[in-house]
Amino acid sequence: MPDFSTTYLGLKLCSPLVPSASPLSRSIDNIKRMEEAGAGAVVLHSLFEEQINAESHTLDYFLAHGSESYSEAVSYFPDASAYRLKPELYLEHIRHAKAAVRIPIIASLNGVSAGSGFVVHQRQHDWIKYARLMEQAGADALELNLYYVPTDPDLLSDTVEDMYADLLIDVRHTISIPVAMKLSPFFSCLPNMARRLVDCGASGLVLFNRFYQPDIDLDTLEVVPHLNLTTPTEQQALRVPLRWIALLYGRIHADLALSSGVHTAEDALKGVLAGAKVVMLASALLMHGISRLGEIRTRMLQWMEAHEYESITQMCGSVSQKSVAYPAAFERASYVKAVGTDHYGQ
Amino acid sequence: MTSRQIVTIDGNEAAATIAHKLNEVIAIYPITPSSGMGELADQWSSEGRANLWGTVPMVMEMQSEGGAAGAVHGALQTGSLTTTFTASQGLLLMLPNMYKIAGELISTVFHVAARTVATHALSIFGDHSDVMGVRAAGWAMLASGSVQEVMDFALIAQAATLRSRVPFLHFFDGFRTSHEVMKIEALADDDLRAMIDDDLVRAHRHRGLSPDRPVLRGSAQNPDVYFQAREAGNPFYAACPAIVQAAMDQFAGLTGRQYHLFDYAGAPDAERVIVLIGSGAETARETVAYLAAQGEKVGVLAVRLYRPFAAETFVGSLPATVKAIAVLDRTKEPGASGDPLYQDVVTALSEAYAGGQAPFAALPRVISGRYGLSSKEFTPAMVKAVYAELAKAQPKNHFTVGIYDDVGHTSLDYDPAFTTEAADTTRAIFYGLGSDGTVGANKNSIKIIGEETPNYAQGYFVYDSKKSGSVTISHLRFGPRPIHAPYLIDQANFIACHQFGFLERFDVLAQAEPGAVFLLNSLYGPDELWAHLPRLVQAHLIRKHLRLFVIDADRVARETGMGGRINTIMQTCFFAVSGVMPREAALDAIKHAIEKSYGKRGDLVVQRNFEAVAQTLENLHAVSVPALADSTLELRAVVPAQAPAFVQNVTAAMIGGRGDLLPVSAMPIDGTFPTGTSQWEKRSIADEIPVWDPSICIQCGKCVLVCPHAVIREKVYPAGALDGAPGTFKSAPARWKEFADQLYTLQVAPEDCTGCALCFEVCPVKNKSETRLKAINMAPQPALRETERANWQFFLDLPETDRTILNTTTVKDSQLIQPLFEFSGACAGCGETPYLKLLSQLFGDRALIANATGCSSIYGGNLPTTPWSQNKAGRGPAWANSLFEDNAEFGLGFRLTLDKQTEYAHELLARLAESVGPDLAVALRQADQSNDAGIAAQRERVAVLKQMLQPLAADGQAPDTTRAEARDLLSLADGLVKRSLWIVGGDGWAYDIGYGGLDHVLASGHDVNVLVLDTEVYSNTGGQMSKSTPRAAVAKFAAGGKARPKKDLGLLAMTYGNVYVAQVALGANDAQTLRAFHEAEAYPGPSLILAYSPCIAHGYDLRHGLDQQKKAVLAGYWPLYRYNPSRAEDGHNPLTLDSKPPSLPLQQYMYAETRFRVLSQTNPAEAERLLHLAEQDVRLRWQTYEDMATRGEPTHA
Repeated sequence: MPDFSTTYLGLKLCSPLVPSASPLSRSIDNIKRMEEAGAGAVVLHSLFEEQINAESHTLDYFLAHGSESYSEAVSYFPDASAYRLKPELYLEHIRHAKAAVRIPIIASLNGVSAGSGFVVHQRQHDWIKYARLMEQAGADALELNLYYVPTDPDLLSDTVEDMYADLLIDVRHTISIPVAMKLSPFFSCLPNMARRLVDCGASGLVLFNRFYQPDIDLDTLEVVPHLNLTTPTEQQALRVPLRWIALLYGRIHADLALSSGVHTAEDALKGVLAGAKVVMLASALLMHGISRLGEIRTRMLQWMEAHEYESITQMCGSVSQKSVAYPAAFERASYVKAVGTDHYGQ
Repeated sequence: MTSRQIVTIDGNEAAATIAHKLNEVIAIYPITPSSGMGELADQWSSEGRANLWGTVPMVMEMQSEGGAAGAVHGALQTGSLTTTFTASQGLLLMLPNMYKIAGELISTVFHVAARTVATHALSIFGDHSDVMGVRAAGWAMLASGSVQEVMDFALIAQAATLRSRVPFLHFFDGFRTSHEVMKIEALADDDLRAMIDDDLVRAHRHRGLSPDRPVLRGSAQNPDVYFQAREAGNPFYAACPAIVQAAMDQFAGLTGRQYHLFDYAGAPDAERVIVLIGSGAETARETVAYLAAQGEKVGVLAVRLYRPFAAETFVGSLPATVKAIAVLDRTKEPGASGDPLYQDVVTALSEAYAGGQAPFAALPRVISGRYGLSSKEFTPAMVKAVYAELAKAQPKNHFTVGIYDDVGHTSLDYDPAFTTEAADTTRAIFYGLGSDGTVGANKNSIKIIGEETPNYAQGYFVYDSKKSGSVTISHLRFGPRPIHAPYLIDQANFIACHQFGFLERFDVLAQAEPGAVFLLNSLYGPDELWAHLPRLVQAHLIRKHLRLFVIDADRVARETGMGGRINTIMQTCFFAVSGVMPREAALDAIKHAIEKSYGKRGDLVVQRNFEAVAQTLENLHAVSVPALADSTLELRAVVPAQAPAFVQNVTAAMIGGRGDLLPVSAMPIDGTFPTGTSQWEKRSIADEIPVWDPSICIQCGKCVLVCPHAVIREKVYPAGALDGAPGTFKSAPARWKEFADQLYTLQVAPEDCTGCALCFEVCPVKNKSETRLKAINMAPQPALRETERANWQFFLDLPETDRTILNTTTVKDSQLIQPLFEFSGACAGCGETPYLKLLSQLFGDRALIANATGCSSIYGGNLPTTPWSQNKAGRGPAWANSLFEDNAEFGLGFRLTLDKQTEYAHELLARLAESVGPDLAVALRQADQSNDAGIAAQRERVAVLKQMLQPLAADGQAPDTTRAEARDLLSLADGLVKRSLWIVGGDGWAYDIGYGGLDHVLASGHDVNVLVLDTEVYSNTGGQMSKSTPRAAVAKFAAGGKARPKKDLGLLAMTYGNVYVAQVALGANDAQTLRAFHEAEAYPGPSLILAYSPCIAHGYDLRHGLDQQKKAVLAGYWPLYRYNPSRAEDGHNPLTLDSKPPSLPLQQYMYAETRFRVLSQTNPAEAERLLHLAEQDVRLRWQTYEDMATRGEPTHA
């Protein structure tokens, strides 16, 4: 049987299949099932920057709201002697997960606040603090999910990129476990940004984040957050990270993880061939259940045997840009070709 | 040596601390001001805090105080150390069991925060009418006068009851002591162990019922032996005082605090002595010390053990030199020869004197006085007046002090300027809003000073009668010597005003003494401030040479993420300028206190407060005071000039904080007050108010319907009515077919609005170009106040729409009817009040309302004003509150009167038919009054009838019998118009304390309409669990989350088969709510409406209350239905489900509210377990209803 192991962020994994951050990892039972199904590691659901403080603020506000206003009701809730807020529960979850499985547990931190002022500063401060606490709780690695939506026309792209880099440096200085950066594809020069992040200490890059995007409700005329799971038929979801992994493979000194659009063994195989050390799954598991991971694993191994690949390591990057016969296929030239094929080639 | 902690706590915590340590079972029920004791006991037990013997006391909430007393009795009978906490009516409900417990000589201590018993009015405040009302039950009664004494006496009482077997009532003054925060020395466990004899505990346990040593108790006895048996317990009462004194002596040996059954203080050769009980004795002692130091021969005797009354000890405690005694009672026993303590004293003295045991040369003159009812202030000035009276040759007997009685002329004059306050005591008054955190910060400051410095500290807090925009006044004392001043500060050397707007409403510097510090939160900086100060404030500053400091605390709060809470900022300012502590030490202490108070709520809260502290000092400025008061700004008139005389003369004094000055003659003699008075208050508390956009409004009326405060109204009127309208008055063509040529206006009352924004949230219309805008948008109030005030006045004068041509079964039409419930002081966004307002619109001009005690009786009937109102014809809801527990029965009594009087009126009509005309008589008796047109027609008939009866009723115009009958019919004629009877209350009443009565009334078949405003918690007393509280919710008395599901009151009522039952949620389906109200009122038997009512105790922003109602319905948590027995009579299934099967995960509804969410933050595993069970509850309930609704046959014949 081919060697299915891989390395990622300096960690030895038994499999390149890694469930990415999703609600599934909120349950320790699910994490156990992921391990049993053949996951190489698990990325826990994200702890959001907003969550760290919002919960504290909300609790404080509503425990105090309406109190000390009227003689008969000087308060409305019993004030417990201790509260276990989400960040603390998250740390506890890491500890439980570590105790429950042998595969690496990767914690996930999500968010970026920009600007000045006490509140923003405090948010970032706490965010970085929790990176340290996650390490202390036993996380084997940390995935940073930085996502800032610039809305100010005066804001320069350099400033935004500096912000990402600065935050990464701060986190890096805080912890010693490996850090992976989960990125969006929306950079003017992704390879440069990727290299810069690696220079700042990222051990790996996860390509790409799939964001909550706003939608408009036609009944209420209100904007609603919306998260679409990828579907097996949504080829574009896979192809964007596939291209960039193929392009970046061998050009930066960091492990690459493909995230988005992996539903089948074929998708996962493509990711590894393009250069991903691991391929991440969320939508597939949410749609079909955790057992899907085992099915993908089995099918991948069958394919590898059929194609006489001895190991994941051997496969990794074998169809990356620098390994293929026609490197331009991953570049803009291929666009012309594709256009020509689609519209005029028939 | 025993190590004891210094703590800064209130009286309730002091009592609860000992009670929780020394009991095994605690049965509780909420009632102000004792609720805090039960809340703490429940919380401590839920957190696993053990008692003295290392086991966690079992705390059980009961359905009423009567139930609590029964449970206590049972637990005692079976040998547990058992207690309860209560006050007022609650204590009276315990009375039957108290007789039993005493008769059975069972050791127990009940802790009572003594409170006024409801008479002509309810009062939550303190006096001794409750404890004196149970003095015949055979309990020992031990009175504490201060927070320290509460803790000490709680222990002494427990020790004494175990030894004496006489049950003890340990009481202290409600609010004054129960809520006063004081620095005291806490008793240590070693003290408790030393005082409590475990052998006596085991003896108590051994007396408990056991099948291993079976006995019979509670026998029925006959004339042959009952009397003798009743006397058999006498030796225990005889021994009790000595046992108490022995316990006091033992206690003194442990702590150094020596108490006696009667504690005398003052001149050893005093000739004039006051005798009294409770915190008033503290005031008297302080005054005596002052007067005695000036050579006056005065003294005070504080009664500690009131029952059994140790007469000999009492007489022996008085100085032999005493010539005149004033006995002060804090209760009133109308019709008695004297109030209770007076009678005891007179008896004790006369018996001693007659028996030759009195040490006096002559029997002292004894006079009786009454003081301090309902927490009326009792000050050194009043004490001095009593001594002055005693010095007179013919002193007034049965006098009052503290009021001005210009009717019975009982009151003593006193000099309010007299004070005994020590110069080295910091006396600080803080004016704040409930929402700005002032009281919380001050409680924190007291703890800081009490626990971090050698100073003594005391805090007392005066709250508003309103729940929204409520004003708080904090009274804080700090000083190097013990503080014995259980009364408000009258001469302050520090005054802080945390809201600039108060300056034009209150004379905040009236209590400032010369040279005092005045700290002001102001958006105006030090350079521009003077020009914006009212003249009165300027004059105080100049005349009293006050030192002025100013800070823009709201700006600092905004910038540091504190939102509207300026508490930490103003607290920092206080420490910075008051000099009560060295500044740096104070700042460190504040930070320490912040960490202690908020650390558990997350680091952000701590850091935000730290930042606020850091920013404060940079923004605090001293302001130099000019020499001339040049302002033209005056204090705002409390009520407008057009208000009626009673409002001008009486109500306004109460609103303006001058109610204490009202004489007896100003008061209604029987508790009857005019309605329609909230309209005069104009509290102007909203930061933002709604602004109407007529261009896109569809005139649906939903905003009017949901407004909890009736401040947004609509009218349709002829175009000609606009003559003379203010220039800014808005209107639009009316969108009614019936009113095609008329105009429509939606108008806001700017000074009555609370800014809750529910109207904005419900508005279904969006501006097509800019979807953030609706047909109603919130905008800052100050800029709109003047114009909208004029518009409102104009709007009020527009004609009301004739309701007989409206289809009031539609929301759109129903909201054109004038609400007769307006401008209540309920919380902003209250979920209850829209239902009452709707009731008032549909039926208010002919409604009688019996209202259970609770939130609705407070915002409905708490003086100074009432929201229950009248229309231009002078008709409106007639409203009364009896008690908490009896409201259904009270309302049924209304029904019986209505039915009886109608029956008699019909009989009289028959008898007088020839005189008034047979056709009219028949028409009056058979009138169809099922709609507004029918009601209007009947009113016209009644008017004709009255006209016809007038000559018959006149002297000498008709035969005697006819005249008498005509007069009777005249007095009953108005009742021929159908009355709409409503029994209103909350879930605490309907599900718990009043359920027995409610059940009986529903079963009676009588035509009553019951409206349950279901907040699923005892809202008014601060959020205690009721049987309506849902599973998984955290509430007081359910600190660990409620483990049992919500009681299905609707289903219980449906089982009768002849009760109309509807479950409604206005925010989820307003049309269904409206339909239910109409159907309930029309149904000729009992009707029950369960109305989902968002509440501040649910813990979310109430502007989203309508969304939460929708979620509750979508999740199946609150199914909408109507069970109409009339349908069964027609062969249909009586149950109609008005909502769809659950389609939203229950969690999405629940976890939007703190009451559910907080359990996941304190005990996530339990939260998850209870969530699953709650999901099962929802499924099961829906299944049950669906089965019932789809049955082919009616469920009951």
